Amino acid sequence: MKKVFLLAALAVVLAAVGVYFLGHVPAKWSGVDETVVEKYAEEAGRPPRKPYINTDQGDLLLFFFLIAGVAGGFVGGYCFRELFPPQKKS
Amino acid sequence: MKTRKLTGALLLLLAVAALPSTAGAMHISEGILPPQWAALWFAVAIPFVAWGLREMKIRSAREPFFKPMVGLIGAAVFVISCMPIPVLTAGTCSHPCGTGMAAILIGPALTVVVSSVALLLQALFLSHGGLTTLGGNIVSMGIVGAYTGWAVFHVTRRAGLPLWGAAFLAGLFSDWATYATTSVELASALPGSGSFLHMAAAIGLSFMPTQLPLGILEGVITAGVYRFISVRRPSLLECLGVATAGGAR
Repeated sequence: MKKVFLLAALAVVLAAVGVYFLGHVPAKWSGVDETVVEKYAEEAGRPPRKPYINTDQGDLLLFFFLIAGVAGGFVGGYCFRELFPPQKKS
Repeated sequence: MKTRKLTGALLLLLAVAALPSTAGAMHISEGILPPQWAALWFAVAIPFVAWGLREMKIRSAREPFFKPMVGLIGAAVFVISCMPIPVLTAGTCSHPCGTGMAAILIGPALTVVVSSVALLLQALFLSHGGLTTLGGNIVSMGIVGAYTGWAVFHVTRRAGLPLWGAAFLAGLFSDWATYATTSVELASALPGSGSFLHMAAAIGLSFMPTQLPLGILEGVITAGVYRFISVRRPSLLECLGVATAGGAR
């Protein structure tokens, strides 16, 4: 258990250093959908349109994440244990 | 049995919950493909999806663990294909696809099905991809990515590569093949100033600075997943026919 906590702490420290480093790199970090796909589409006169179902409004997207997380989290954990049961200690 | 059916769907919902924000990369956004091209890619994708559903029915009747396994793999494909990863060499973000990993574990036909579900959910709830471009995205990520990964895995196994090496190459080439197909789809649908080949090459080259390193990452993920399963539950690989693929270990 001590090993797990140490690994988790190391992961948090590494993530914090990584995020700090990325934040100081002079780049926009746009997705290639924007830098490649949409760029060529706009040049060809076919810019993307807004999604038919736009959930990115206020807290609506957060609401969907929450509902899905509550439902899926319990079932996902159960299913993972079914496929990968804990290893028995000899 | 009903619980198992629900499990697959709910695992995908779990994947939705794991994502902090909308993301975009290889998926072709809503409205980019003209209607005739969108319809063509749907026509190409539908027989593969139908074949995958048939496979699902046959294999899940044979193996009771198969449906939860497909659900778990589907959730993994969903998360991986939506996870924007910053690439230092390019200053942009993109995502791996996860279809190479899925194809060697559950087969390419079923990977098409889980990719289709993942892409549909992303288009509906995350503004990632689009409903009209769903066929094109299924063809590039689901069909080409899956069958390339599966073929590379089996060819390299026959050539004598160890399982982890074959898994690495399957992930690598499935990723690159997916983005190459997206380039072809865009070049064929969007009339540029140059020829089709010129346009496809230009789009493909634009993907390269981001996707070359990400392909390697995808290979590492694929080999890592294989290693995890082989350590934690090797019998699962034997049941799925992976451990014996291409001959003895």
